[in-house]
Amino acid sequence: MNLLTIIDYGCGNIKSVYNAFNLISKKKLKILISSKESDIKKSSHLVLPGVGSFESCIKGLKSSNLIDSILKKVSIEKKPFLGICVGMQMLATKGFENGEFMGLDWIEGNVKKLKKTHKHLKIPHMGWNNLEIKKENIFIKKLKKKINSSEISAYFVHSYNFETKNSDYKIMSTHYGQEITAMVAKNNIIGVQFHPEKSHKFGIKFLEAFLENEEF
Amino acid sequence: MIKIRIIPCLDVDNGRVVKGINFVNLVDAGDPVKQAKFYSENGADEITFLDITATHEKRFAMVDIIERTANECLVPLTVGGGIRGVDDMKNFLSVGADKVSVNSSAIKEPKIITEGAMKFGNQCIVVAIDAKKIKNSWKVFINGGRVETGIDAIQWAKKVEKLGAGEILLTSMDRDGTKKGFDLELTKKISSSVGIPVIASGGIGKIDHFVDGVVKGGASALLAASVFHFGEFGISEVKKHLISKGINVRMDY
Repeated sequence: MNLLTIIDYGCGNIKSVYNAFNLISKKKLKILISSKESDIKKSSHLVLPGVGSFESCIKGLKSSNLIDSILKKVSIEKKPFLGICVGMQMLATKGFENGEFMGLDWIEGNVKKLKKTHKHLKIPHMGWNNLEIKKENIFIKKLKKKINSSEISAYFVHSYNFETKNSDYKIMSTHYGQEITAMVAKNNIIGVQFHPEKSHKFGIKFLEAFLENEEF
Repeated sequence: MIKIRIIPCLDVDNGRVVKGINFVNLVDAGDPVKQAKFYSENGADEITFLDITATHEKRFAMVDIIERTANECLVPLTVGGGIRGVDDMKNFLSVGADKVSVNSSAIKEPKIITEGAMKFGNQCIVVAIDAKKIKNSWKVFINGGRVETGIDAIQWAKKVEKLGAGEILLTSMDRDGTKKGFDLELTKKISSSVGIPVIASGGIGKIDHFVDGVVKGGASALLAASVFHFGEFGISEVKKHLISKGINVRMDY
């Protein structure tokens, strides 16, 4: 049986992510919330949630001593990986929230504060916003088949944006005073700024598509 | 474009959803777990769960009801009621809440806003402000509207933003349960004084009140309880009305 591990490193709303996967697992998938290296080694899928600041998340992740085993899973075994919110931002080269911090550097780019492009723009960017597809890869094609609506929206809550260096890896975006990276993908790695676990039916379809694909 | 959020609020007392007028005279409106599931499936953009007697009776809100409610919610869930510090916040977040709302305790000890924001992120900390007009200004009330603090609501809103709040849930005590519409003057004053989203609450009676909250009040989200609980309006009905007035809302559910 496949094993999906939600990596618990002390940052994030892990229960919501667990609940959402639990709804779609249909007993074919075992889901664990774990901070154990042994569980990561056995996993077929990894999910890295992240809520809070870039600094607190990356420090939490580094001090968990799980990075080596995660890296082995992702870059050698090529297992599907999903980063959510700050879990996505940490894939970047650097984060600039309250200082400058090194990320995992799996997808080149920097995480920078949202620009207050007009006076009434509220930050955090909080709520439902439309997704725009920037690159129609295989994953997106399959995802679209699952969704009837031409318009798709997802739940966002963040104040920082992953500015990817190479636009090839930017798969979806949204607009909030500026263009915001909503989804990145590279080989077997996906990252989303929005919260699929809180994005109702679309979010569930998105997580299903993640489970059904090996490459993104 | 970001969408205006419609948020049904479950005011929970002893494990039941209740609704009162001007914060008292509570009427039973059902099981919170079933209500949350219904709203999550029928267009709610978020759900707020407030244990309204928690502070008054110094009783901690029932974690297991929140857990069961969270299990039914595929949209963000905010939980409030009797939160006194980061440990209480953690208790709610660990069972599936996405945000926590603080009110009385933040007045008594403002540093809990900063501590919560540092630990869980600003986006996680909602500060609820219950305000009532006294002479020509609005004052903050705490303990479920029972205690006047003498603090100016606008000044307090600016302060909580500085302390790290990610959002303000603003309730007009003068309007709550009256069906006269939001206190638009108050909502506008607060929403234009802070850079974080403001949720307008208190007083919805007519469907146009929702429109006013956005257009005249500048709110980012609209919260209502009894009009949804007692079926006066459906969420989809409200959203269709907002769209007809040119307001962007989520319809893909």
